Amino acid sequence: MKIINKDTIIENVKNLCIKANCVLNSDIKRAFEEGLKNEESPTAKTILSNLIENADIAEKRNMPICQDTGMAVVFADIGQEVYIEGGSLSDAINEGIRRGYTEGFLRKSVVYDPVCDRKNTKDNTPAIIHYNITEGDSLKITVAPKGFGSENMSRIYMLKPSDGRDGVIDCVLKTIEEAGPNPCPPMIVGVGIGGNFEYSAYLAKKALLRPVGKNSEKPYLEKIEKEILERANKTGIGPQGLGGRTTVLWAACEDYPTHIAGMPIAINISCHVTRHSECIL
Amino acid sequence: MDISLHTPITKETVRKLKAGDTVRITGIIYTARDAAHKRMLENKDKGFPIDIKDCTIYFAGPSPAKPGEPVGAIGPTTSYRMDKYSPEMIKYGETVMIGKGKRSAEVVEAMKKYGCVYIGAVGGAGALLASHVEECRTVAYEDLGAEAIYELKVKDFPGIVVIDSYGENLYETEPEKYRKD
Ligand code: SF4
Repeated sequence: MKIINKDTIIENVKNLCIKANCVLNSDIKRAFEEGLKNEESPTAKTILSNLIENADIAEKRNMPICQDTGMAVVFADIGQEVYIEGGSLSDAINEGIRRGYTEGFLRKSVVYDPVCDRKNTKDNTPAIIHYNITEGDSLKITVAPKGFGSENMSRIYMLKPSDGRDGVIDCVLKTIEEAGPNPCPPMIVGVGIGGNFEYSAYLAKKALLRPVGKNSEKPYLEKIEKEILERANKTGIGPQGLGGRTTVLWAACEDYPTHIAGMPIAINISCHVTRHSECIL
Repeated sequence: MDISLHTPITKETVRKLKAGDTVRITGIIYTARDAAHKRMLENKDKGFPIDIKDCTIYFAGPSPAKPGEPVGAIGPTTSYRMDKYSPEMIKYGETVMIGKGKRSAEVVEAMKKYGCVYIGAVGGAGALLASHVEECRTVAYEDLGAEAIYELKVKDFPGIVVIDSYGENLYETEPEKYRKD
């Protein structure tokens, strides 16, 4: 059994918030360079160069890459031999978010009451936390801040089993086309296939954690990912929706068994500032 | 070549701008997101908190400034959330909107009728755009936090004319050129 003190969790979550928001992961930077090589549109080339420059400035000045430092999504994989001392894990994670967003000068974008008052919680809590119980004695925490320009363009479709593979790809493409310039393309697209209504959405979010450039290990999903990427980059939407070949940097699919009567598909649209930082305690 | 624009940007200047022009804005611009638009228009009888004639509104809510810096990261927010308010703002004198993403037909109609231009700033380039902001102060609605109205003194702030005052719209014309069916 391993004992982890809540203060260790708080400190780590705080640091992950700041790192995720200020340092763009190298896989995405590489994808910008790649896009720049293949791009035909001069405007698109300028935009991609701007994005590379933006990431450099952010890292150098320890400033957020994007002002929408998101709502904090946290994945906590807890080994069943871990004991948390000093308080609850949820409280520790939220305290870490509070400190990260306050001390790191990140934007607080969360409101209490979604419909009426929409009063800001002022510290970006609460986070959205997905717990997963695993074997062993380690605690893995991933902080993935998610902006809402792209979140708002996400969709769930409850397809029929007979819609098949083409049905899946078509609704992903439809979602990308409808999103157009709004989610700051080039986008990264997470697709959750199967499960049920809420689980497909969880899978889509989880798919966004996969490094850009890494396909699914399941051959049928790998093929779907490649087809989505190829077709998305023929739509012409391009960076910022101003035309070009670099519309989607990566598409990642995750699946799960589902019911005989259904085929849920969730598409979580994300942007070129798809952030995640993790630590293992 | 980039076109240099100095605020306040008049209707005459706006009418000369064409979709696809790249511009650099220098002078005073104001930030406002949906919450600020809603409040400004609800209270318009008491007067606007900014000089609305020929004003440039940037749809943005910055991240907090670190000590010694004028502003935090400050890229555009998605503009369609302002579609409900923009036609009225344009009627009262707004000449330039800076944001990202598509606009409604009603907004484009108002732009044509009164003379207003929609400029796209690179979405998500918050750190890069912040480097063009020299000063920042809160003008109104401080309680809204990031959604308050900030007055920004900008220098060579970069943008692309996405929809001009004649309704020419790059979101409609450009992707078509690169579409491969
Ligand atoms: S969609 Fe992404 S890049 Fe664009 S403003 Fe939101 S978080 Fe930033």
